[in-house]
Amino acid sequence: MHSIAHADPIATPSARWAWFGIFALLFLVFAQVTAVMISVPDRDMGHLQKIMYVHVPAAWTTFLAFFVVAICSLRVLFRGGERDDLLAASAAEVGAVFNALTLALGMMWGRPTWGVWWTWDARLTSTLVLLLIFIGYLSLRAFVDDPERRATWSAAVGVLGAINVPIVYMSVRWWRTLHQVQSAPSTLDPAYTLGLRLNAFAFLFVLIFLIRRRYEAAALLRAAEHADDARALGGR
Amino acid sequence: MAWQDDWRRVRAIAWKDLTTERRSKAGFSGVVAFGVSVLVLFGFALGPEAAALRDAASGVIWLTVLFAGVLAFNRSFQVELESGAIETLLLYPGPRWAIFSGKLLANLVFVGVLLSIVIGVGIVLFQVGIPEAWPALLGVLALGTVGLVSLGTFYGAMASRSRAREVLLPLLLFPMLVPVLLAAIQASRALLGGDVMTEAGAWIRLLLAFDVIFLVATHLAFGAIIEG
Repeated sequence: MHSIAHADPIATPSARWAWFGIFALLFLVFAQVTAVMISVPDRDMGHLQKIMYVHVPAAWTTFLAFFVVAICSLRVLFRGGERDDLLAASAAEVGAVFNALTLALGMMWGRPTWGVWWTWDARLTSTLVLLLIFIGYLSLRAFVDDPERRATWSAAVGVLGAINVPIVYMSVRWWRTLHQVQSAPSTLDPAYTLGLRLNAFAFLFVLIFLIRRRYEAAALLRAAEHADDARALGGR
Repeated sequence: MAWQDDWRRVRAIAWKDLTTERRSKAGFSGVVAFGVSVLVLFGFALGPEAAALRDAASGVIWLTVLFAGVLAFNRSFQVELESGAIETLLLYPGPRWAIFSGKLLANLVFVGVLLSIVIGVGIVLFQVGIPEAWPALLGVLALGTVGLVSLGTFYGAMASRSRAREVLLPLLLFPMLVPVLLAAIQASRALLGGDVMTEAGAWIRLLLAFDVIFLVATHLAFGAIIEG
C-alpha cells in the first residue's frame, strides 16, 4: 500500500496521453461533421435523425463504462488492489456523465418525435435507473473516508448493481414498452451506417481519454493521501 | 455437523436482535407509527374517491413498507456500533455469512410484522377487499419482503457505518429495488383485481429469481464488506 506514495508510474500524466486527447477531440469533430454531411434527411424524422450520431454512441459508451466498473469491482473483491479501485471510480464518474448525456439527448429527440419529453418505456426507464445506480455508487464513495473500506464497499455495490441491470431492464420491459428497435449498424439504412460507426469510435476514444485523465487525477490524490499518512506516522 | 453449528449461530444472532427490539420497544413502535403516518399522507395525496384509493392501494402499501423499512435497516447495524459490539461479534468463531443470515432473519421478522400492520391499516383506509386468491397474495408478500430485506440488510450494513447514513441508504437501495417493487406491486394489484389477465404468475417468477440471485450475492459479498 505504502509504495504508491511515490506515485504510481503508470498513472503519471504523460505527453502521449495529451496527444491522444487532442486526437480524440479532432476525431470527434471529424466524425460529427462527416456524419451530418453525408446523411440525407430521414423520410419520417428529417434532420432530427442526426441526434442519433450523439445519442446512440453516448448510450453505447455508458454501457461500456459500466462494464469497466463491473470488471474492476470484481477484481477488487477477489484480489484487492488500488489501481482497479481507482479505475472503477473513474469509469463510474465518466459513465454517469455519458449516461446523463444519453438521457438528455434522448429527450430532445423524443419531444419532437413522440411528442413527449419522457415516456415510461423499458429502455428509457432502465437507463434512468442505471444513472441512479451510478449516483448511489458515487455517493457511497463520497461518504466513506477510509480508502480500503471504500474500495471493498464500492466494489460490492458495483458488482450487485451490474447483476441488477439486466433484471431491471427485463422488469421494466414487462411493465411496458414503446421504444423503437435499438439502433445498430445492421438495423439502419446503409446511408447512416458509416456516420454511426465513425461516431461510435469517436465516443470510444473520448471515453478512454476521459477515464484516463480522471484516473490520473485520482491516483495523484491517493498518492498525496499516502504521503500525508506517512508523514503523520513519522516517516519520510 | 457444521451446518447445524452455522444454523445455531444464525438463530442466536436473530434471537439477540429480536430480544433487543422486544425489550426496548421504542424503535419498533416508532417505525410502525412512521409507516401509518405515511399511509395516511398517501391517502390525502390520492383520495378521497374510493375507486382511486383501491386502485393505488398495492403500490402505496409497498412504498410505505419500503420507506419504513429503510429506518429499520439503518437501525439494524447501528445498534452494533454502540460500545463496539460489532468487533466482538466478529471475534466469535464461525463464518461471516452467518452474521448476515442472522441479521437478515431478524429483519425479516421485523419487516414481516411491520407489513402485516401496514396491510391491516391499508385495508381499512384504502377500502381494499380481500381477494379469493389470498394464498397467492401471501406468497407475493413473502417473496417481496425477502427481496426488500436481503438488499436492505446488506446496504444497511454499509450505510449505517458511513457518514450521512440517512441519505446514503435510500440512494443505494431504491434503484436496486426497482424490479422487486415493480413485480410485487404489479402482482399484488393483479391478484387484488382477480388476476383477469393471468399476469401474476410471471411477476411471481421474477420475484423468485430476484430473491435467489440476491440472497446468494449478498451472502457471498458480506464477508468482504463487514471486515472493513
